[in-house]
Amino acid sequence: MKNHIRQVLRSGKFMTGFIIIMLILLLVAVYPLLNPGNPLEMIGYNSFVKPGVYFSLYDSLDMESRHVYRFRLEGADELRIYNKFGTEDRIAVKEWLVRYGEREGVPGLTEEEIDVDDRYQLLDLWWEHYDPTLRLGMTIAASRVYQRLDARVAGIFNLEDYNVYTIWNEELEEYEVHQTTVVNDDYVNVNDIANRIWLPLGTENFGRDVMKQLVHAIRTSLMIGLVAGTIATAIGLLLGLVAGYVGGIVDDIIMFFTNLFTVIPGIVLLILISYSIGQEQRGAMTVAVVIGLTSWIWTARSVRSQVMSLRSRDHVNLSKLSGHSMPRIVVRDILPYVASYVVMAFVLQVSSGILAEAGLSMLGLGPKTTDVPTLGLMMNWAMRYTAHLMGAWWAYYPVVGVIALISFSLNLMNTGLDQVFNPQLREG
Amino acid sequence: MGNIMLEVNGLTTKYVTRFKENVYAVSDVSFTLEEGRSVGIAGESGCGKSTLALSLMGYYFAPLHYIKGDIIIDGKNISGMKPDDVRKNVLGTEIAYIPQAAMNALNPTRKVIKFIEDVIRAHDPKATKKDIFDLARQRFEVLNLPVETLYKYSVELSGGMKQRTVIAVSTILSPKVLIADEPSSALDVTSQKMVIKMIRDLMDLGLIKSMIFITHELPLLYNVTDDIMVMYAAQLVESGTADQMIFDPLHPYSKGLMGSILVPEDGTRDVKLVAIPGTPPNLKKPPEGCRFAERCVYATPKCKVSGVAYHDFDNNRKCRCHMSENELREAYANEQ
Amino acid sequence: MSSDNIEKAYSKENRELCLSGKGVTKVFGFGNRKTLAVDNVDFEFYTGDLISIVGESGSGKTTLIKMLLGLTSVTDGKIFFMGKERDIRTRQKKKEYWKGIQAIFQDPFSSYNIFNKIDSVLLDCIHMRGGRRLKKKEKIEMMREACSFVNLKFDEMTNKYPFELSGGQMQRLMIARIFLLRPKILLADEPTSMIDACSRATILDMLLKLRDEIGMMIIFITHDMGLAYYVSDTVYIMEKGKFVEYGSADEVVLNPKAEYTKQLLNDVPKIHDPWEFSRNRREVTAPD
Repeated sequence: MKNHIRQVLRSGKFMTGFIIIMLILLLVAVYPLLNPGNPLEMIGYNSFVKPGVYFSLYDSLDMESRHVYRFRLEGADELRIYNKFGTEDRIAVKEWLVRYGEREGVPGLTEEEIDVDDRYQLLDLWWEHYDPTLRLGMTIAASRVYQRLDARVAGIFNLEDYNVYTIWNEELEEYEVHQTTVVNDDYVNVNDIANRIWLPLGTENFGRDVMKQLVHAIRTSLMIGLVAGTIATAIGLLLGLVAGYVGGIVDDIIMFFTNLFTVIPGIVLLILISYSIGQEQRGAMTVAVVIGLTSWIWTARSVRSQVMSLRSRDHVNLSKLSGHSMPRIVVRDILPYVASYVVMAFVLQVSSGILAEAGLSMLGLGPKTTDVPTLGLMMNWAMRYTAHLMGAWWAYYPVVGVIALISFSLNLMNTGLDQVFNPQLREG
Repeated sequence: MGNIMLEVNGLTTKYVTRFKENVYAVSDVSFTLEEGRSVGIAGESGCGKSTLALSLMGYYFAPLHYIKGDIIIDGKNISGMKPDDVRKNVLGTEIAYIPQAAMNALNPTRKVIKFIEDVIRAHDPKATKKDIFDLARQRFEVLNLPVETLYKYSVELSGGMKQRTVIAVSTILSPKVLIADEPSSALDVTSQKMVIKMIRDLMDLGLIKSMIFITHELPLLYNVTDDIMVMYAAQLVESGTADQMIFDPLHPYSKGLMGSILVPEDGTRDVKLVAIPGTPPNLKKPPEGCRFAERCVYATPKCKVSGVAYHDFDNNRKCRCHMSENELREAYANEQ
Repeated sequence: MSSDNIEKAYSKENRELCLSGKGVTKVFGFGNRKTLAVDNVDFEFYTGDLISIVGESGSGKTTLIKMLLGLTSVTDGKIFFMGKERDIRTRQKKKEYWKGIQAIFQDPFSSYNIFNKIDSVLLDCIHMRGGRRLKKKEKIEMMREACSFVNLKFDEMTNKYPFELSGGQMQRLMIARIFLLRPKILLADEPTSMIDACSRATILDMLLKLRDEIGMMIIFITHDMGLAYYVSDTVYIMEKGKFVEYGSADEVVLNPKAEYTKQLLNDVPKIHDPWEFSRNRREVTAPD
């Protein structure tokens, strides 16, 4: 036994899976401490805010409480052009220029000769040719669009900007409106800004922090997996032991039910049970129990077949001849031999429990949505609120990744254990 | 004296365990095998006799590794060859190997003739179906196997019949050396006798030029082979003709082994069985001196310290013992 | 085997019926997939006797053993133990029966629960003989005695797991177990077939010692004619679930009556009377 444990710890596959699971557990344990709060709290007014650090615009302009630093940075203009002169603006500039070139017969202003990606060429041409008074056969509304575009382009290089903010005047007991000038070269230290928020994975459609939700979802899903795995393994082990050891009519009855369950696809059963429970009654644990109750079949079958071959082993016969009772023989002489298999089956059951929950929740049959987030629920929300169409990859890729990572590492652990306990599978 | 079919010089091979330990399962084995002769290898389980069989084929794959030594088959050294070359050019034509559970090697979905086709085509891709069938029929007739067997599936044959069919298939190319590793130990005695008779027929008809037969059953070995070699802890300890070895063993280990023979014959009931005390040495760390010294009643301090070469005794015998033939005979005489 | 022992075993006053059966039958399966493993067998085994049951694989000898031990139900027929029909309907009665009949199995490696230490195997036996209340020191003394009976050192055995022993040592420990249990009958199911020839003699000697010193009746199951001939007083030959011949070892082996026995003895490799085709060959090729 000791030797086996040493081999398990030496198995690269098992240890890789184990370390990944431990890191995930560490994240689940530590993140809520650093970042407390309800994961289902809607913090944002917008849906699908992209990942990043956000800070209060108001606080960053508050001249009283901040220090303004001036830097003369090389390339600052370039970055500005790069960031502010967006694709849509550039396409609009090009459209106008092409239209103008056709109309006025200016050479060099054709579709092929203007490169939308060359920002400097576009800006030069724009400043050279743009005239707000030209209609070029467009409606007034359309030419207004170009006037606004011109203002925006000019704004990129505007050296002076105005900033309005208010300060509470205690004497007058009212807000005073102040105006200040912010120059291109003004900088503030991010740490001086009062309100900041870091959203490592942005927010989802309800404006809830995806990262916080994900960490809580991992915890709930692991719990569901553990509970489902424990129930399934316990039922499977018990039925397998009884059917395999007792044999005869008991075996026939148990195998009749096991075979019955085998031919009904598990997912169909799961859907029917979940549906009949109803949305409001379905807590995370209810779902876990339902999953556990429908996935013991394969454990029962394989434990049974192993017990049947163990039953005819001579050490069991000798134990009988020594006058030991049946429960003692089962516990002392049979169970230790199937224990390694049961541990492996348990690991796989946990993994499949997590996947089953994700599948059910995707179909809208998971735990109720107001309680706790689960990995499946997060997928369901992302799907239902079309995160994929909005380009909000952060709302579903991390979830998919975590599900894959968890089942990958659990399967890796299983394979590692398998190689230790089944010498035929050992490499080299 | 016939031509030398197989010559083995100082062959040493090892297993590498999962924990990267070396187990020297064959250590410094040398012998020659002449045309028309058969030799048996006897020894306890774990002494390396099956590994020797695998090593002699020159077909090494993990965890078995070749270390040193020559295997010369009819003048051709195969010890340094790549596994692929061995498979193409040695197995089947030079050496045929029959393991214990050979009868389970037949794919149950194919007819026997298909296996023969495979074996022949592997060495002669142009052989026509008719040639193959003619050869197979001829061979089966010679060996007193029913020709219908060629068109049967392996599941339709009994255990003994299956084993005989496998032997006929694997020797279809008339190899120079046949290595049989306990080919009959999974069979009942009647089938065993038929299998052995067929192997003897193959030898007598010259369809195989020489044979190495491995078993732990000494009475069987006496009935099968001309010579017997005894193996202990990865080394050969004694060799001689079957009669010499069974009735007049010289090495103390062979003596013990022959003393454990039980046969249902008159007079054997009154002989006292003698056990050799102790267990064989661990082949991960073989002892410095004679490997049998720990269990040997005649061992002297010298035996435990220095090893001894496998050297010639009179009457074409070889033995690995510090004592001379006369000293050994004297010691045995005093015992009685 | 000295001739004294044989005379003792067969002398009228010592013959006491120990285990016997009438019409013992075992059928596996139902309907047309029915197989007859043991076919209406009668036998009478006497105390102090060493009986060999010789048969090839599939002859039904292991099934017969399992029935005698009460590990498999008997389809038909009656088994008598110490003159009375045996009654093993409850667990308590079975336990009582097993105090009188015990077994050693073929494969020492599968005879042990690898999760239990060696001591627990021997302790179980002491407890079964009613020694549960004994002091620890007395128990150890008993275990030490049992180990020395089979030439093992108890101090080297204690606190070890079975897989740390060699096959021969394991099988000897099985005999130590029998020594502690002291049943009237020992069923030995090919106890030497998985063991090297060199250690075989030790095991056989110990079985004979059990018979001679404790007066156990031993039923020795084997497929090896030579072994049966060497070790036993009485030989039963089994073929396809039936006893085709039985009698004293010399009678059966040297002067077989049944066709099957004759064939078996003819096909077993022998050294003084080799097979005809081997003999012919040896005469031609033997060097002078």
